[in-house]
Amino acid sequence: MLSILLITLAATFFTGIIIRTKSIASGRKGPGIFQPIKDVIRLFRKGAVYSETTSFIFQMMPVIYFASVFVAMLLVPFGQSKGILSFSGDFVFFAYVLGIGKFFSITGAMDTGSSFEGMGASRESLYSMFAEPALFILMGSLSLLTGYTSFQEIFAALHLGSSISYALALMAAFVFLLIAMIENSRMPIDDPKTHLELTMVHEVMILDNSGFDLGLILSAGYLKFAIYGTIIFNLFSGTIAYEYAIPLFFAIQAFLAFVIGMIESFMARFRMSHNAQYIVVLSSVSLLVFFGALLIAGKFI
Amino acid sequence: MNYISIRNNQTLRIKEIPESAYLSFMDMNVGLVSGFTDRHCVNYFGVEEGNFVKLICCIADDATHEIMVSSCKVQKGQSLASFSKEMYCFERFEREIHENFGLNYPDHPWLKPVRYPADRSDKMQTMQNYPFYTIASEEVHEVGVGPIHAGIIEPGHFRFICNGEKILHLEIQLGYQHRGVENLFLAKKKLLQRTTLSENIAGDTVVGHSVAFAHVWESLCGVDVSRDIAFSRTVALELERMAIHIGDLSAICTDIAYQLGSSVFGRLRTPIVNFLQEWGGSRLAKGLIRPGSNPFPFTPALAERLKKVLDLLEPDYNEMCEKLFDLPSALSRFERTGVVSNEDAIAIGAVGMAARMTSLSRDIRSSHPYCLYPELAHVPILKHHGDVYSRVQIRRREVLQSMEYIRKLLTEVPIQSPQTEMKMTLQPDSFCLSLVEGWRGEICHCALTDANGELMHYKIKDPSFHNWMALALAVRNNEISDFPICNKSFNLSYSGHDL
Repeated sequence: MLSILLITLAATFFTGIIIRTKSIASGRKGPGIFQPIKDVIRLFRKGAVYSETTSFIFQMMPVIYFASVFVAMLLVPFGQSKGILSFSGDFVFFAYVLGIGKFFSITGAMDTGSSFEGMGASRESLYSMFAEPALFILMGSLSLLTGYTSFQEIFAALHLGSSISYALALMAAFVFLLIAMIENSRMPIDDPKTHLELTMVHEVMILDNSGFDLGLILSAGYLKFAIYGTIIFNLFSGTIAYEYAIPLFFAIQAFLAFVIGMIESFMARFRMSHNAQYIVVLSSVSLLVFFGALLIAGKFI
Repeated sequence: MNYISIRNNQTLRIKEIPESAYLSFMDMNVGLVSGFTDRHCVNYFGVEEGNFVKLICCIADDATHEIMVSSCKVQKGQSLASFSKEMYCFERFEREIHENFGLNYPDHPWLKPVRYPADRSDKMQTMQNYPFYTIASEEVHEVGVGPIHAGIIEPGHFRFICNGEKILHLEIQLGYQHRGVENLFLAKKKLLQRTTLSENIAGDTVVGHSVAFAHVWESLCGVDVSRDIAFSRTVALELERMAIHIGDLSAICTDIAYQLGSSVFGRLRTPIVNFLQEWGGSRLAKGLIRPGSNPFPFTPALAERLKKVLDLLEPDYNEMCEKLFDLPSALSRFERTGVVSNEDAIAIGAVGMAARMTSLSRDIRSSHPYCLYPELAHVPILKHHGDVYSRVQIRRREVLQSMEYIRKLLTEVPIQSPQTEMKMTLQPDSFCLSLVEGWRGEICHCALTDANGELMHYKIKDPSFHNWMALALAVRNNEISDFPICNKSFNLSYSGHDL
């Protein structure tokens, strides 16, 4: 229960901090950190406009997309406290429930019949496909290391190991941060600020969505960021008492947002064809974690 | 050879232009251009004469600083052999003649509408039925972009034929911005109206086009301007080049999502345009250039100000350039993206930066100098790869070069000449051609007067007229997501092309 509350709270400022960091880095004042959430509230008060070429799939898409992220959020634990849903193998469920959301956002984009949105959909599905092994190799090795298969048990057992397990957690944090950036279409894979349809990935898929629907998609994106932030926090939290854990949680979320903001300020985005290579690199970092886990578990003959 | 050689900004009688039969006219002009990289066609247009069309072709020779003018009279609606079949660089000129006068070129490789003028010969040609090139294949798909774009830019339609993410072919349909500028030059009778018209041909080349108009007008009136006017124009041209180049660097950074470059270059452009406002009251330099007069003289106080502006600008500019050109993620976007080969640039008659990036030295400042450029002894900056990186590097160095020229000029600010009301009357039956190197490339204005000393025909050619084809060639075999930086690195004008 606690995790849902905290994730929702973190989601309200996460994207705001990224945007604020970017504006300050470029010498501008920038909007307040709650501006993105204010925009969503404004969108929720509006109706949606639907193109005549779209079918029910397009209208269903935002709700399913949001629901998938919401269900994924239920699985995420906070420190020792379990998520609302917790069972063996829940990380597999986590990955594929997000996958359902992505599937519908892709079919929704294809449904518009626009050549831009089809292009974006094909790019997004390619990148998700490449990011998937990284997530599973990583979670698999963590579960190998700890001997458990649910989020809460893995994270609770992780900190008990040696300092090597913290080193692994650091690498895992790196992988999760990058997956979060890919899933949320941030730089260097995608540029959320661009106005150029030809270079967009995620933004171009939601070009036709408006009003309430757009609000749902945007808020699902903010939640996703906070979810990945929480997973990263869990890698380090262990059994810290709540009065320390909660401030630490917000500090880590704010720090992650700041890091993303700095990355986006001081580098150019990749050429589209280099993105796939870059994402495959994630899987190789996950493999390192896997070998680390094998070493610790003494599975090498 | 049946042509007459003139210099830049020289006026001659229309009857002095030799006339030849079409076939020998064609052989001569194609022969003049083909095989000579230092010659290119600066303008080729038709003038209506009752039931006939007088074709006037102007070929510039960069080595001898001459412009070879020849003419030919043909009947309207006649079928002719096309120049373009031999040399592609005439392609768009002939399309324009075909569109305006209905002359047919059965062997023209790409006879499509150019800009849909209201008085076009074939009213059946409309925006809606543009004959797009298509490839009948299951594997390729078409992506149409525009005419309404996501950014606040001018309208133009781009039709890509792609195989996956790879662009096989790009066709650019223009003409949405057509205002009939050339006809307005004849319809508006006051000099002030015409001057403001010239300032508005392309909003980003105000100085370039208004200087070209002023040169044409002064030459047709037989007026020589004093040194201080030529000085002001040279400074204004170089300031415009700096401002737009720096702005373009900012826009290119925006397109590769490099925020630091985008905001720093954006800021660096401001002091220059603000100086233009201090000088002439307009950040875009509107109202600064007037034929025969100098409404905003360049005073020594302004010179001191400009020196300070440049001294403040230079270190920041160099620091930001070093950062950008050391950034691996930026370089990986620039290098080998959007390549135009030297052969292609010659074939399509590319001008300005689009030519210089492929080591083709085309720069009016050195080949047909005007204003104070003969004293500056300009040496064009050349790059050899023809990719986005070359275009960005040319901008980087041309800004520094302009800065150097302005500093050199500022050491000796000429004393303001007394402002006398000059009698400006056009010489009758005359032809004048003026070439100016705007920041984008060569601008060509031609004017013909009738027996009463009134404008009879006015012809404008913006560098974009040639260079849009360079963009279409550059993006072939590139990723479609690289189109925006290719486009921005050329930064061509829609309104300059559509007129």
